[in-house]
Amino acid sequence: MSTKYFEKNTEAAPLAVFRIFFGIMMSMSIIRFWSYGWIDKLYIQPKFFFTYYGFEWVKPLGVYTYVIFAVCGISAIFVALGYKYRIAILIFFLSFTYIELMDKTTYLNHYYFISLMSFLMIFLPANAYYSIDAWRKGVSYQYIPKWTIDVVKLLLGIVYFYAGLAKLNSDWLVKAMPLKIWLPSKYDIPIIGDIMHHEWVHYLFSYTGAIYDLTIPFLLLYRKTRGIAFILVVVFHILTRILFPIGMFPYIMIVSTLLFFSDNFHHRVLAGISKIFKISKNHFDTNQVFSYSSIQKKILISLVSLFFVIQLLLPFRYLLYPGELFWTEEGFRFSWRVMLIEKAGYANFKIIDSVSGSRFYIDNDDFLTAFQQKQMATQPDFILQYAHYLKQHFKKQGHKNIQVFVESYVTLNGRLSDQYIDPSIDLVKEKESFKHKTWITPFKDEIKGL
Amino acid sequence: MKKLLFLFVAILFVVAGCSSSDDTNSDNPGTDTFNRKALLENIADNIAIPAYKSFKEEMANLKTATSEFVTTADESNLVKLRTAWLDAYVSWQSVSMFEIGKAEEISFRNFMNVYPVTTTEIEKNITDGGYDLNSVSKQDEQGFGALDYLLNGLADSDTGIVAFYSSDVNATKYKTYLSDVVERMDTLTTQVVNDWTGDYRDSFVNNSGSSATSSLDKLVNDFLFHYEKHLRAGKIGIPAGVFSNTTFNEKVEAFYKKDASKALFNANLTALQDFFNGKHFGSTTTGESLKTYLDFLNTIKEEEDLSTLINNQFNLARTEASNLADDFSAEVRTNNNLMLDAYKELQKNVVFLKVDMLSALSIRVDFVDADGD
Repeated sequence: MSTKYFEKNTEAAPLAVFRIFFGIMMSMSIIRFWSYGWIDKLYIQPKFFFTYYGFEWVKPLGVYTYVIFAVCGISAIFVALGYKYRIAILIFFLSFTYIELMDKTTYLNHYYFISLMSFLMIFLPANAYYSIDAWRKGVSYQYIPKWTIDVVKLLLGIVYFYAGLAKLNSDWLVKAMPLKIWLPSKYDIPIIGDIMHHEWVHYLFSYTGAIYDLTIPFLLLYRKTRGIAFILVVVFHILTRILFPIGMFPYIMIVSTLLFFSDNFHHRVLAGISKIFKISKNHFDTNQVFSYSSIQKKILISLVSLFFVIQLLLPFRYLLYPGELFWTEEGFRFSWRVMLIEKAGYANFKIIDSVSGSRFYIDNDDFLTAFQQKQMATQPDFILQYAHYLKQHFKKQGHKNIQVFVESYVTLNGRLSDQYIDPSIDLVKEKESFKHKTWITPFKDEIKGL
Repeated sequence: MKKLLFLFVAILFVVAGCSSSDDTNSDNPGTDTFNRKALLENIADNIAIPAYKSFKEEMANLKTATSEFVTTADESNLVKLRTAWLDAYVSWQSVSMFEIGKAEEISFRNFMNVYPVTTTEIEKNITDGGYDLNSVSKQDEQGFGALDYLLNGLADSDTGIVAFYSSDVNATKYKTYLSDVVERMDTLTTQVVNDWTGDYRDSFVNNSGSSATSSLDKLVNDFLFHYEKHLRAGKIGIPAGVFSNTTFNEKVEAFYKKDASKALFNANLTALQDFFNGKHFGSTTTGESLKTYLDFLNTIKEEEDLSTLINNQFNLARTEASNLADDFSAEVRTNNNLMLDAYKELQKNVVFLKVDMLSALSIRVDFVDADGD
């Protein structure tokens, strides 16, 4: 891209609208999460939390966990208002990411997406126009550098396109898995419930899903296909909302894709808001152009470029690991692999005194919630961390020469369950790292594709 | 055009909002889909309700035998009472998995069959009086386990046991406690049975949706929980020391009766397998069940025949357990390896049921957001 591209300016309205909706959606997410009692259930009740490698220090803070959520929710409102925007979005990014790092049991791609988006937004002039900041400073910028809007579109495009790439595998395309398992259980949804068990429906959904993900960023980019693309976005996400327990994600994506619409559209949205709240929109329409100093610009552009290079490469890190990705999950997270596999497992831990030979099994209910057990049983890094926790627990109780073994079984996309972890490996001796975990039993089948 | 678009979007949002509610029902399943409602009907009308009714009769017999023994505390009435107790106990094994509806609400299973019981507390209740059997802390001082102690464990001989109810200084108090325990069991049973035969049957059958609170999801989770905790662990694993460094021969079911633990285990194993196969209570007829549901899904999936694997594993566990002595407590003391072998076979089905079956049925363990990775 030429330097000329970075000189281009565009209307600030789309980014302002995006900021407002993003902030509102985020504060709603926090309220929803809170109202379901999930803060208590997921972050206060459990005795043990699965941390991320390198972020072991990020843990729930007991009842103060509510404070983090409150801070996160309030900062989201500040973002929406564009009040003290820079600090608000920074605090939002930090608090939201902290929450996500507290327990990887709750990992969701859409939480990761929010973390990335809010990080990116720290560097964007989203408060230049139609914000309290712009009002108070008396300087509103109607135009901002074009690239500051394009990067948001790029991130959205990556999410879709990579989610589409991930579907290009034989389980998804040839066997229509896991939709063949998931859809028949949705027999009770209105209108389409009765056809959910038909095989052609599974294939239809599989192929449309893949094609949708791969093409939608491009359809949104071109003015002529934009209208139809938005209808597709709405239909697709509403369908996923009906079929799967993915919370706010569909709504967030629908609202985000509005960014692709014309400047005129966004001005009308803002005019609507102005009418309701009796705000003088004219006050912001200054014809002023926001611009960075050349040093600022250099730093920002290199930083954002680096961010995107990482984004483009990170999902492919799985290529560095041997074995089947869906089975080992080495390099699975942070890669836009959304609703891609049906996996269930069972892990039965055995504690052995290596000297006396005495042994006993663990009742996982004593240590983990049902949700944690479900996530733990199918992901090797969880199994390892839990094994170390068990060792520490029984060491404190006075046990000696502790070895921890696991008998575990996993079913992937409807295949009959198979041994998951080598049962002869003392997990206490294994350490977490980015290296391949040699104690994962190799996958017996083959899944072709990306 | 724009307005139409927004109208369209708004309608979709409303549809999404409605269908995400947690109590969607399906009264009209298509003809060629699997009929979940028929499955629930079969479970309610042909398994749960008949089993509960039969259990209620056994409880009535137990109550009669108790009052006869309390009126005339002699050895012949003790033997009769003991038989009535054991019959009811065996019958209980067919209903204990249905911890749903009223049973769940009143913690039926925990008030009926916690073992081992705390005998010192039972003795204290008897001598001091003033106990409240409704209290959660008193769950291990009542139910079948307490009766086991009161009818089999007070002394080594029947003469010795009868003496507690006739010549002992606290004889009246022993009689009162015995009657109170039986009375409470009967009251709880009546509550649960009345609920099933009353409104609950219809609400159970009509809650045929696919949400986490639908009857099928809850029932399957209850079934798995019972298999894992009460059959596998409670009856075999815990006494055999699977979860500890040592064995606990005193933690078997019907510890004081000594020769009944195997019969109770077998009754429960059979009840669970029959439930899986949709076998009508007290009959050889079968209907819609987890088995037929799995078979239906399997025709779509074309994977291995899971229901056969599960049934084979049930049978293997039964065969392995047939090597055990009638008294599991004695087996733990003399040849615990046989107990561990039986446990191993039971354990294998946990994998089939909890991993393969749950995944195939697409039943969730919990209501939280998850994007399937």
